Amino acid sequence: MARDGQYCTFFVCGLFFGLEVTCIQEVSRAQPLTVVPLASSVIAGLINLRGQIVTAIDLRARLGLPARGADERPLNVVVRTSDGAVSLLVDEIGDVLEVDAESFERPPDTLGAEARELIRGAYKLEGRLLLVLDLARTVDADVGN
Amino acid sequence: MEDMVREFVGESRENCDQIDLDLVALEQRPDDRGVIARIFRAIHTIKGTCGFLGFGGLESVAHAAESVLSALRDEEIAPTPELTTTLLAFVDVARGLLDRIDATGHEGEADHGELVAQLTALVRPGGATYAALAVAASAGELLEVDSSEPHETRPTPGRTVNGGKLAPAAAMSDAGETSIRVDVALLDRLMNLVGELVLARNQIVQFTGANGDATFIAAAQQLNLITAELQDGVMKTRMQPIGNIWHKFPRVVRDLALACDKRLELVLEGESTELDKTLIEAIKDPLTHLVRNAVDHGIERVDRRLAAGKPAQGRLVLRAYHEGGQVNIEVIDDGAGLDAARIRDKAIERGIITAEQADRMSERELCRLVFLPGFSTAETVTNLSGRGVGMDVVRTNIERIGGTIELAGTRGVGSTIKIKIPLTLAIIPALVVSCGDNRYAIPQASLLELVRLAGDQARDGVETLYGTPVYRLRGKLLPLLYLSDALDQAVPHNHDEVYIVVLQADDRQFGLVVDSVCDTEEIVVKPLGKHLKTIPVFAGATIMGDGKVALILDILGLAKRGRVVAEGEPRGRLEAAEITSATDNAALQTVLVVRSPDDGRMAIPLSRVARLEELRRDIIERVGPELLVQYRGEIMPVVELSTLLLERRPSPRTGGPPAWPELVQVVVFAHAGVHVGLIVEQILDVVEHSLASPRRPGRPGVLGSVVIAGRVTELLDVEVVLRRARPGAAWAERDDVVAGEAVARGA
Repeated sequence: MARDGQYCTFFVCGLFFGLEVTCIQEVSRAQPLTVVPLASSVIAGLINLRGQIVTAIDLRARLGLPARGADERPLNVVVRTSDGAVSLLVDEIGDVLEVDAESFERPPDTLGAEARELIRGAYKLEGRLLLVLDLARTVDADVGN
Repeated sequence: MEDMVREFVGESRENCDQIDLDLVALEQRPDDRGVIARIFRAIHTIKGTCGFLGFGGLESVAHAAESVLSALRDEEIAPTPELTTTLLAFVDVARGLLDRIDATGHEGEADHGELVAQLTALVRPGGATYAALAVAASAGELLEVDSSEPHETRPTPGRTVNGGKLAPAAAMSDAGETSIRVDVALLDRLMNLVGELVLARNQIVQFTGANGDATFIAAAQQLNLITAELQDGVMKTRMQPIGNIWHKFPRVVRDLALACDKRLELVLEGESTELDKTLIEAIKDPLTHLVRNAVDHGIERVDRRLAAGKPAQGRLVLRAYHEGGQVNIEVIDDGAGLDAARIRDKAIERGIITAEQADRMSERELCRLVFLPGFSTAETVTNLSGRGVGMDVVRTNIERIGGTIELAGTRGVGSTIKIKIPLTLAIIPALVVSCGDNRYAIPQASLLELVRLAGDQARDGVETLYGTPVYRLRGKLLPLLYLSDALDQAVPHNHDEVYIVVLQADDRQFGLVVDSVCDTEEIVVKPLGKHLKTIPVFAGATIMGDGKVALILDILGLAKRGRVVAEGEPRGRLEAAEITSATDNAALQTVLVVRSPDDGRMAIPLSRVARLEELRRDIIERVGPELLVQYRGEIMPVVELSTLLLERRPSPRTGGPPAWPELVQVVVFAHAGVHVGLIVEQILDVVEHSLASPRRPGRPGVLGSVVIAGRVTELLDVEVVLRRARPGAAWAERDDVVAGEAVARGA
């Protein structure tokens, strides 16, 4: 489950998250969003990624965190999934970090059920914890329904 | 080596298709040397390559078949129906082996000794000889393939696609230089890239509008032209003649005709009509279904045809042609045709329509009923001059690719099925409209017209019929659907300026009210991701000239959401709850749920309801015990629901106005040309529900009770309402409540 490797890191609501670099297609600045009426609140809308139409999932909504302010512009972390590219909206992008598998620990049992579903565990970095998202569950199709 | 095998499989499949066609052709022209030679060459090619690649099994069967052809060529034997059948069996075996080779790389261990023996027996002296020619001639009558255009056997230069055109061995050698095989995936990729180029072009063209530099504008125009031409060219590479799927029909028809003991002629017209590869695949099954249907049920047996004074040989025509940017395909037979009267009876029996509705329907409308799912049961099919099995599936498949299907026919004369499909699906013309901050694309195919209302027109033009907005379009009421409402967007309706986009969904027309109409544009259709696929009102998305994404509206999905089109036809996506209730959809009815006195629930089949009205209290007049209202130029009797339900009726009123609200809700029934109104407490909902097997009735005026939306709901006996409103009925009731009850019970 935990491997040495590079993680692309980002911030959502002050929390520090990471996804393995290999599943990231690209990171891009804020894109104009086309809202999709009738879609789940987790779906922020559609973006045009150089001719490709990509569904954007608002990670704040997905994680059950408070909504972003109107003036805050989210960034896109575009990930590869079996269904093509999906964009995750985050607050801020961090560095790409090299992590040590030994510093990984599974989430404590006290973590809430909702977060436990999406967070695989944490790398204990110096001075902070890097939360590892379960990508497959985060972008699960049922999210949209 | 692997490449060679793949090429061999592809080529041999094409050869098999050609042999199929030629064998059937040979039945009509037994002495056509050219056809015999062509079959011989094709079999010979298969045999030769098999030997080279080491497929011994296929080689030995092909060898035996080749010997038969060789004997035919040398006039040692003559073609007979048995010979054709055996050779067709060979083609089937060869196809099976090719499939196996394609999948596993080996031809397997199957033994085809019997087939080889059968083939060998055909050549043996003492078998069929020219003396048997008489038999062959009669077989020739059995089926006649008449193609208005010569079989196009030569690949058109620059357009040969994998698995595409038939390329018989003879034509291969000289056509080889002008055509190449291209991977379909590569063509798809090219198509996508062109799609993106079109988008980039749109952006640049829009940009030139704002920047007036002459050189730049010239360059942009050049780009515009080249892109259009490139788009056209790449589209063409994906185009295939419809003949590709028609080629198997002569064989299908021959086999079926033999099996049903019928004689018919298959005529193919416009085989070279081209359409997009994906569309060709999509119409393959529906077309096969229609052809089978026509042979199986449409064309009558010889004796019945003769009795009806028709030629013994039936005629089935497949015709394809381009018209107005669309492809038209017609399936025409001169069989028994459609019996509108029987369709009508069946539809009434199945509860799809009521007798009253049927009376109002034209023959054409009646014929369309066979496309409803309720018709697709085996029993109906055999009873109903055959049309109907899976016709709803055929229609669904055609509509899925943006096409339409129409059916016409006269009893005893034959029937015509007309299918219209777009040339391509990848790039479509669309109307761009806006609603709130978003823009939406509406496929032009569903668009009928645009109506703009301004000023007083806008304020008075949109009327409401029981809460439902309508617009009088040339005198007919057009139901309106506000896009913002359908999409749950909190956008206030603009009453000063109204844009109505008149759309066609199913057989219905409705008006979609949008904030503004922007433009028409060629859009590149892109599918939505898995998160959004389940929203039925969107068909896809596209990128606009300014680079922003716009959603493409699914008109049928939208109409259903807006309840403009009945949801009774369970097609396409359905919610889980709907699926369970739709399993027995023949029993499903649209019912109006109203509130009865004491907050009870009462259901009325909507098919019995003529109109829903809201009448002012003061126009309802009491004449003796009768309530009357002047309604649409006539005097309409009105009945209170509370007085119908005797048990719950409070102590008989002896006059004085009842405690009606200012506006009284009235359900209007029409019977024998007379209207009858029923005053209800409140009209609650219209739902789809099965009214089958209700609990037994508890009181007069009620047929029974069922559970709708979690509430016990009584079924109103409409007959009682109609009887009660009969002149004199109310008088009798006043004199004697018991007598009234007897009337109510229909004694």
